[in-house]
Amino acid sequence: MALIDVSGLCKTYVMGEVKLNALCGVTTSIQRGEFISIMGPSGSGKSTFMNIIGCLDTPTEGSYRLDGIDVRGLSRDQLAEVRNKKIGFVFQGFNLLPRTSAIENVELPLIYSAVSGKERFERAMEALRVVGLQDRSHHMPNQLSGGQQQRVAIARALVNRAPIILADEPTGNLDTKTSNEIMELLVTLNQDSGITIVIVTHEADIAEYSKRKIRFLDGRIVSGN
Amino acid sequence: MTMIDIPSTIRISLRAIRVNKMRSALTMLGIIIGVGAVITMISVGSGARQRISEQISSMGSNLIMILSGATTQGGIRMGTGTQPTLTLGDAQAIQRECPAVQYSAPTHGGTAQVIFGNQNWSTAVTGTTPEMLYVREWQLTEGRNFTNDDIRSAAKVCLLGKTVVENLFGGIDPLGQVIRIKKVPFTVIGVLESKGQSPTGQDQDDVIYIPVTTSQKKIFGTPFAGSVRMIMVKAKSAEDLPLAENQITELLRQRHRIGPRQENDFTVRNLTQMMEAQEQSAKVMTMLLAAIASVSLLVGGIGIMNIMLVSVTERTREIGIRMAVGAKTWDIRLQFIIEALTLSIIGGIVGIIIGIGTSELISSTSGWNTLVSPFSVILAFGFSVLVGVFFGFYPAYKASMLKPIDALRYE
Repeated sequence: MALIDVSGLCKTYVMGEVKLNALCGVTTSIQRGEFISIMGPSGSGKSTFMNIIGCLDTPTEGSYRLDGIDVRGLSRDQLAEVRNKKIGFVFQGFNLLPRTSAIENVELPLIYSAVSGKERFERAMEALRVVGLQDRSHHMPNQLSGGQQQRVAIARALVNRAPIILADEPTGNLDTKTSNEIMELLVTLNQDSGITIVIVTHEADIAEYSKRKIRFLDGRIVSGN
Repeated sequence: MTMIDIPSTIRISLRAIRVNKMRSALTMLGIIIGVGAVITMISVGSGARQRISEQISSMGSNLIMILSGATTQGGIRMGTGTQPTLTLGDAQAIQRECPAVQYSAPTHGGTAQVIFGNQNWSTAVTGTTPEMLYVREWQLTEGRNFTNDDIRSAAKVCLLGKTVVENLFGGIDPLGQVIRIKKVPFTVIGVLESKGQSPTGQDQDDVIYIPVTTSQKKIFGTPFAGSVRMIMVKAKSAEDLPLAENQITELLRQRHRIGPRQENDFTVRNLTQMMEAQEQSAKVMTMLLAAIASVSLLVGGIGIMNIMLVSVTERTREIGIRMAVGAKTWDIRLQFIIEALTLSIIGGIVGIIIGIGTSELISSTSGWNTLVSPFSVILAFGFSVLVGVFFGFYPAYKASMLKPIDALRYE
């Protein structure tokens, strides 16, 4: 069974009189353990697709099954729980809580799944060790470099043992060297831990790290299915 | 559904407050002033009330005053006391024949110059009977009360109020000394304990009591034999007051031979009722003050809402991050409610301390009575907590209803 299975996915934004189809009839499936990059020019619908897959947004039409769960029709809180248990997010702008130490940022998903304090700390430390930041656990985000901040974000995505990591332009704010380090870390996670990784990027050399590329154009998948 | 982790939520909220020290302090200031004002105002109000009720009890309880007069002569209504109609006999008959009356004492007299040694003092000299001390519930600090023999023989003996003792005697023990009232020598047989101010602000201790007969015959004289100015009556109990009034009216109409269609030639006044009305007005004042102070508490609450709303907007991205990693509706709501609650609770506690301090300051600088009651503290604190929940909920609700993707994209 596919980890992610979408069919006929549509997302329509209504702006006054004009209807804008951000996504139109997208059907695809992603298997457990894949490393996929989603490419396409801006406005092609790749980010909308990611947001729907990440349960941050809801489709206007179509069905979506994530790890066997029919996501359509779930309540806000049920979606929150799905995000908490199944998905780790990595964003272009890192999206760490400001004035909050690295370890506390990493602990965040565990707080919302009611993991006890001691276990929370141990699991967060373990996740920081995986990304190589165990020595920076008490640094604030503004005391860390961009690459380090993105590593903290990856640790946060790992900490609740989610089977899938969704990374939206994870290297967009990083220099080439750091970008490659981050991508290598993601490759390692994919190969060693079998975590399914989906990244959105418009840089061809970043997409080269993936095994499969899905291209979007005007709200449709044009290749890679 | 997983459980909401309350301790972590509290920690998150406390951190948010700590991180924004200045903003949190300013928000709390509203609550601090509100709670402080409520406590101070209530303490001033209940202090005034306590003072009034102390004064009332210093007057003596269950008091009825009978004044002569209130007659109509040829269509012209005369004021009370203008027509002397009451007598010593009336006073004695009231105590003897009205079952609802416990004690009855007449007063007769006026103001006179009093001399001891080289000191002199002008004071109220009141002729009365031994019952007066029972009616007024007045104790002697030394010496003895009048006896019936003193009344019968119009003895030249007197009881002195505290103020008179202080002004005439300085440090000398007045007991057994001889003072002159209107040049007539009187032996001091007792000293009255201090009663302080009356509800109308008069010094109750500026008084000399002498036997009523002595006052009538030797000092002030009477328009007719045995006449007195006023009779003070103590009813057996508060419930007996209306009954006592009726019995007294009935008896005096009989004794004064007033026909069924004629008006009373005396006036009966229930003193206790008058005093209770005053106490009631002090109560109203307390409530009014508290209501005014509550407005500032309300304004403080709106301040909290204001800050929380700004905080929600400012932290939209943070809310988005939390939602993305799995925060549920109530996780977000609780976080903001607890933040608001913490601000209002800390503000409430500081406000209580400041309120108590301010009422202490008022009582020590202005000499007003203030009374910080546990009730007002609980009220103010409870209200501030309520304000926190109430005004914290809307911003919390607003935050929790954001779409995760919109919150994340917020710039």
